[in-house]
Amino acid sequence: MNDFLEVKDLRIHFPTEDGLVRSVDGLSFALQRGKTLGIVGESGSGKSVTSLGILGLHKGSSARISGEIWLDGTELVGATQEHVRGLRGKKMAMIFQDPLSAMHPYYTVGDQIIEAYRIHHDVTKKVARKHAIEMLGRVGIPEPARRVDDYPHQFSGGMRQRAMIAMALSNDPELLIADEPTTALDVTVQAQILDLMRDLQREFNSALIIITHDLGVVAELSDDILVMYGGKCIEYGTSDDIFYRPEHPYTWGLLGSMPRLDRERTERLMPIKGSPPSLINVPPGCAFHPRCPYAERTAGKADTEVPALAETEGGHLVRCHMDKTERRDLWDNEIKPVLETQ
Amino acid sequence: MTTDNEPLLSVQGMEKHFPVTKGLLKRQVGAVKAVDGIDFEVFKGETLGLVGESGCGKSTTGRLVTRLLEPTAGKIVFEGQDITHMKQGRLRPLRRDMQMIFQDPYSSLNPRHTVGAIVGAPFRIQDVKTEHGIKKAVQEILELVGLNPEHYNRYPHEFSGGQRQRIGIARTLALKPKLIIADEPVSALDVSIQAQVVNLLEDLQNELDLTYVVIAHDLSVVRHISDRVAVMYLGKIVEIADRKRLYASPMHPYTNALLSAVPVPDPKTRKDRDRIRLTGDVPSPLNPPPACRFHTRCWKAQDICKKVEPPLAELASGHRVACHFPENAPETAAKPTEPADA
Amino acid sequence: MGTYIIRRVIGAVAMLVIVSIVTFAIFFLVPRLAGATPEGFAARYVGRTATDETIKLVAQRLGFYDPIAVQYGRFVKGIVAGTEYDTGTTVEHCPAPCMGYSFITQQPVWPNLLDRMRITLSLGIGAAILWALGGMATGVLSALRRGSFFDRTAMGVALAGVSLPIFFTGMIAMAFFSYGLGWTAPGGAWVDITIDPVMWAYNLILPWITLALLFAATYARLTRAGMLETMGEDYIRTARAKGLVERKVVVKHGLRAALTPLLTVFGLDFGLLMGGAVLTEKTFSLNGLGKYAVDAIENNDLPAVMGVTLMAALFVVVASLIVDLLYAVVDPRVRLS
Repeated sequence: MNDFLEVKDLRIHFPTEDGLVRSVDGLSFALQRGKTLGIVGESGSGKSVTSLGILGLHKGSSARISGEIWLDGTELVGATQEHVRGLRGKKMAMIFQDPLSAMHPYYTVGDQIIEAYRIHHDVTKKVARKHAIEMLGRVGIPEPARRVDDYPHQFSGGMRQRAMIAMALSNDPELLIADEPTTALDVTVQAQILDLMRDLQREFNSALIIITHDLGVVAELSDDILVMYGGKCIEYGTSDDIFYRPEHPYTWGLLGSMPRLDRERTERLMPIKGSPPSLINVPPGCAFHPRCPYAERTAGKADTEVPALAETEGGHLVRCHMDKTERRDLWDNEIKPVLETQ
Repeated sequence: MTTDNEPLLSVQGMEKHFPVTKGLLKRQVGAVKAVDGIDFEVFKGETLGLVGESGCGKSTTGRLVTRLLEPTAGKIVFEGQDITHMKQGRLRPLRRDMQMIFQDPYSSLNPRHTVGAIVGAPFRIQDVKTEHGIKKAVQEILELVGLNPEHYNRYPHEFSGGQRQRIGIARTLALKPKLIIADEPVSALDVSIQAQVVNLLEDLQNELDLTYVVIAHDLSVVRHISDRVAVMYLGKIVEIADRKRLYASPMHPYTNALLSAVPVPDPKTRKDRDRIRLTGDVPSPLNPPPACRFHTRCWKAQDICKKVEPPLAELASGHRVACHFPENAPETAAKPTEPADA
Repeated sequence: MGTYIIRRVIGAVAMLVIVSIVTFAIFFLVPRLAGATPEGFAARYVGRTATDETIKLVAQRLGFYDPIAVQYGRFVKGIVAGTEYDTGTTVEHCPAPCMGYSFITQQPVWPNLLDRMRITLSLGIGAAILWALGGMATGVLSALRRGSFFDRTAMGVALAGVSLPIFFTGMIAMAFFSYGLGWTAPGGAWVDITIDPVMWAYNLILPWITLALLFAATYARLTRAGMLETMGEDYIRTARAKGLVERKVVVKHGLRAALTPLLTVFGLDFGLLMGGAVLTEKTFSLNGLGKYAVDAIENNDLPAVMGVTLMAALFVVVASLIVDLLYAVVDPRVRLS
């Protein structure tokens, strides 16, 4: 069976005055309809650039894109701008982080949803308006017939994000990308939105990519998880693989830095030393090596050779110089016991 | 001066109402009751966490306590002195002892000032004499927060987000304050950096004998860093207790809902979880619901909740709740108050 | 929205009243404080050959011995209901609105203002349309092609347009296009629009273009800056993500948002221009308000100068009011606050 979405060796580089920004540097993954992929990373990991790349929103900028993106049998990187534009908003849609700035302040929410619908459907405004009201109702906005004529700033944060979701789904897209959809929301509202997204995904059977830095959110929604660092994928596997059998020191670091409500409180958090790398000056060899507590165990390869993304077991991929047994040893004996006493 | 038994900071019945005007003559038609009568104390050496969602008034509380705003009612006592309506001139010497860390490390530092100027400014403003000169004093503090003292002459934009937040912290430490109010000190930072800054704050507290009030929306971070926690909703404190008690057996339904809404980084729990789903958004502070403010979203709400406002009562040692039907309450708890005409 | 409008209108009216008081004070109170006498004022109203006695009489008749507040009151009454100037020898009627009576031209000021206003308005409106459309279009294209040859040339030409004085560009343009090539009308040509619209436009083409060039620079730069800012906003990215064609993204989403600050500037510029595009009118020998003002100043014609001042103030206040109201139409956030 062919994958619904397949990304092969995607590279997105931006030439700037200060150097070449390697935002995405050889990314590959696949996704089926009805499934959710969570892309996890901190700022500067390249995750947002990836999502914009899939939608073809870098065309027209200075970006240099190479690699392949296959969406339901069509290749997107090589396709014409016109062709990709036809798919945007219809076959693939995106939900952005901050719904207040992502919607135009001068047009009503209804007008913006109507616009989204009429780009891809040749219907009258009246028909489109009916559809917009229906969508607003579907995402749980009370009194949709009245609220369709309100402006974005007249909605509360949670309702506004629902309206944005309604706009993204108005054309029944098969691929939905959500870029930090709940980061700007309160925690109780976030819970509602996550539930909504899960329900809608089931209803539309769409493929969902959720991009976030929040491991809790990713655990709630994802079937598979891709961890990005320095523009590359450093670990990829099912949700269980990443949370119960992680094998990359960065993933261990992320799991250790977070205080968790479901575990006992530790005296001290275990942060990763240093800061995320600049994408212009990615450290040579393994991008994570300056911050890795195990860099000396790689026989000098840490700063000279980029580790390959290798399979550790049944679809679980890790990009690390240490060998499998050593990593698993560390996890079982050193990392896991500390994390679980939290 | 305060004795050891007296709180360093004590707040009683504090209110901040922002007037709302309408019409040609700008008549006051209502008020945004950002903070509507709260009481709490902070004792020397402890950390009080203040949590809540947007519109609960926690940020306003932080600004009221540091007198960046003036309360419209109530009393603030700091170090035994009533600072509620003190004039700015008389407040100035007290500001040495009470400092604030702000949320956004990008906008809270003047981009035109060097780091040295930023951290050194408090010495100049307060006209404090130093032993070996301001520069030396500043460099000592920079080292204390984990920054390179040789970066004295650099500008904020040359630092990362985490480092900028450290500069902000350094600035508050300049005059060796007794109380630090931290308004969302880590929410703008990456997860791995958050852990570094949280550890730093804890180390500084031990080393310099500081007292903290930490305002945050991230319940996991608050649990990690606080000794006692107060939960706010629509301008009121609904529950205040020591950390262990609050997180292990919360009494107020809102606290319960908040805790159950936090996404947990564990895929297995998402299936078993019995999450409390709150409906709708937080009501507007312009028009808070009468009596118990939470009754519009509370699944336990009964008639009395709409008529009588539950007082913040001490139902267990050190654990105060404002609810007519608290959960996890010990058997000997006082009965909910009856309305006068019952 | 209703209260917003009412409040703005009341504000505008109050502003006009204040402006009239201040203007009146400048012309009639300040000189008094500096030592001018009622006779001195009166002397302006009569010819050079008048005797001291006549002057005193005129001063009395025209009310210069009255307290300043009374004089102002009379002035306001004149605007509302018309008044008469009785100098003893003559009685001049000045119908409402009476902005003063010029004894030098022997006419009430207001009709003169009206006549001149037609010319200034013709000049102004045409130029305004040109500079707004031309400036904006250039600004949009420059923003979309930032750093390109077009962008740099356009900004360069704009800079030249705003730095070179109008009498320079006007003179050169006339020499070249009117007298040299004979394509455009010579200076001083004027036909009212009601008589012959085509000739009216033809006569004004060169002044329109030269005046527009002066302002277009600012508008091109402002539009360019505004577009660069709005095109970087998140809602532009959303519009593209919906699959909208780029042309509509630029106009419907980008330009619409970039226009609002331009509105304010445009309103004020136009209002100020109506006070008299002095240099342009002098260069092209057009008898507009600007030329009228200059002539009045040269001739020490007090009522005329005051009339023009009030007229100019009126234009600015009204333009500013219209801009405020338009703002609410364009930006719904203003409307509903």
